[in-house]
Amino acid sequence: MKENKVRKEPLIKLSRREDIDRKHSWTYRALAIVAALILDAIIIMVTVHMNPLDIYETMFMGAFGTSRKVWITLKDLSLLLLISIALTPAYKMKFWNLGGEGQVLMGAWATAFCMLYLGDKLPHGVLLLVMFLAAIVVGAIWAMIPAVFKAKWGTNETLFTLMMNYVAIQLIAYFVIKWEVPKGSGHVGIINQSTQAGWLPYIGTNSYALIVILVAIVTVGMYVYLKYSKHGYEISVVGESQRTATYVGISVDKVIIRTLFLSGAICGFAGWLMVSGSGHTITTSIAGGMGFTGIMVSWLAQFNVIVMILCSLLIVFMGHGASEIATSFGLNEAFGDILTGIIIFFIIGVEFFIHYKVHTRKSGKEVA
Amino acid sequence: MFSLVAFIPRAILQGMPLLFGCTGETISEKVGSLNLGIPGVMYVGAICGVIGSFLYEQSCGGDVVPIVAILIPFLACLAGALLMGLLFAFLTVTLRANQNVVGLAMTTFGVGFGNFFGGSLMKLTGSAVPSIALSATSKCFRKALPFADDCGAFGKIFLSYGFMTYLAVAIAVVTALVLTKTRIGLQLRAIGENPATADAAGIDVTKYKYFAICIGCMIAGLGGLFYVMDYANGVWSNDAFGDRGWLAIALVIFTLWKPNIAIFGSILFGGLYILNLFIPGASMATKELYKMLPYLVTIIVLVITSMRRKREHQPPEALGLPYFREDR
Repeated sequence: MKENKVRKEPLIKLSRREDIDRKHSWTYRALAIVAALILDAIIIMVTVHMNPLDIYETMFMGAFGTSRKVWITLKDLSLLLLISIALTPAYKMKFWNLGGEGQVLMGAWATAFCMLYLGDKLPHGVLLLVMFLAAIVVGAIWAMIPAVFKAKWGTNETLFTLMMNYVAIQLIAYFVIKWEVPKGSGHVGIINQSTQAGWLPYIGTNSYALIVILVAIVTVGMYVYLKYSKHGYEISVVGESQRTATYVGISVDKVIIRTLFLSGAICGFAGWLMVSGSGHTITTSIAGGMGFTGIMVSWLAQFNVIVMILCSLLIVFMGHGASEIATSFGLNEAFGDILTGIIIFFIIGVEFFIHYKVHTRKSGKEVA
Repeated sequence: MFSLVAFIPRAILQGMPLLFGCTGETISEKVGSLNLGIPGVMYVGAICGVIGSFLYEQSCGGDVVPIVAILIPFLACLAGALLMGLLFAFLTVTLRANQNVVGLAMTTFGVGFGNFFGGSLMKLTGSAVPSIALSATSKCFRKALPFADDCGAFGKIFLSYGFMTYLAVAIAVVTALVLTKTRIGLQLRAIGENPATADAAGIDVTKYKYFAICIGCMIAGLGGLFYVMDYANGVWSNDAFGDRGWLAIALVIFTLWKPNIAIFGSILFGGLYILNLFIPGASMATKELYKMLPYLVTIIVLVITSMRRKREHQPPEALGLPYFREDR
């Protein structure tokens, strides 16, 4: 190469933003969501030939149209939020717990097990307590298995927890056939329909209010735990640097196992709510992919509880709204997954522009 | 009686979608991209092929020209999978987003995309057929060698498949050779082990990552197409593909990132998937437990490799990590 050749600067240069101010990042996120909603509206227009404003009105009615719909939306919002909350301490520790779905399912399984076998043997209050304990212990064990291997041998937790989901799904599939009523139907049916043994009590006539309250309590508890407790501090140190943690005398293995115990226990708790509080049955799809959606919510929110609530709300709203549109046009329910997926892609993409500055060659000025 | 001649072809048919998915995922993981969107990509590949073939069959009234009937879904499938690959590459490589999150979002999106168009295609095109059954196209895909039937058991085990089965094996062999024996393969692996070192050695990390992710997704997409056109006789039913995408990812770990081993691994997984049909007295319930076996053996392999710490059996060192040159 010639020595005197003038080297051009690269066309685009990137640098990491040192100070990310709140207003700036929120404007970007809001813009991304608006852009995603516009793209979604275009897709709906093309598929069902509807005017975009009507689309969002129909979606709004689908999610909040009647007081019953509002409560269903609130219930789904709470459950998604709960699972995201459950996964958060693990992520804060930089432990990829992709096994939320399986942990929820195992909690649900333990709950259904107790309802079926102890439903007529224990008084209602005791039964609920036993179910609760069984669900959180089983969920926690399911999460602790990969954690122990990670702590002792460094086994890749992303892949391990992912595989545990499918072990759980097949286990549930086995028990669904064992417990099916009537035989050969492939469904367990509503458990204890006549006695309502092991059903979470209603508040007045409202079957979902208690779920919302319980989730709110766990949310606040987790916030305090992560922010103000010694455990929470240890989690963030391990997340920042395992070497630092070891150096200051934190037992990394212990923190990993303990945190995953907590993470799995809350997932199990979610499973308990799903069976005892809303579904009263068990299927392999009872967690409805929320174990995976929760991962996205938890990560997108970056441990911020308010963002987590808003994210969950957006996802639940889109799901319910899209299924309303799909039903009224005779289309498939999976419509919601497409629309939600697009929103998530936009939110993921915008993080880049929040964290990096883009300079162009010409002016050296900042574009974004 | 357990008949090996009946069992092996069915295990192979079950295994081939996994082999496509596994080869694709391996290529992607070799450059350090853990693409958990593969299940979604396989759905998108399948449904794009179905849409292409559906429109073609509708337009020519069932009187298909074999080569066109194969090419249209094939190209549609590759195009759909390529777009998904570009999306993953753009978000994780250019925008440096987290791979796990993007992957999971792509799976949600892809499965939704497949089920939506699978469930709504008739409605959207206003056609009168009750369900998507592309039997004419499927026949072209399933056409085996004419003399396969005359070769007895050998013919049944080795020659009785459509062209995509051989394609899957060929792709796996070629991938294994490219990854281990060529310069390109060495450079790809270097990126997966340590992108900063590869970058310093003059390898264009971004270009190679895009390339590997897109090729990987296209190969995986073919797995979806194989499932619909060959295995399922051209009949699309929602969620029928099931968890095969995740099995493909499990297979990558099980075969220790080696596509040539994956040829046998996929047949083994396929066999485990249908083992219950060949075991006398197995109930519906225990059938579900057999389906758990592939995941259990994968976990066992994962645990054992992490305990033994043999260097050549480890996942790529930089698997799942984003690379930003300016970061130190």
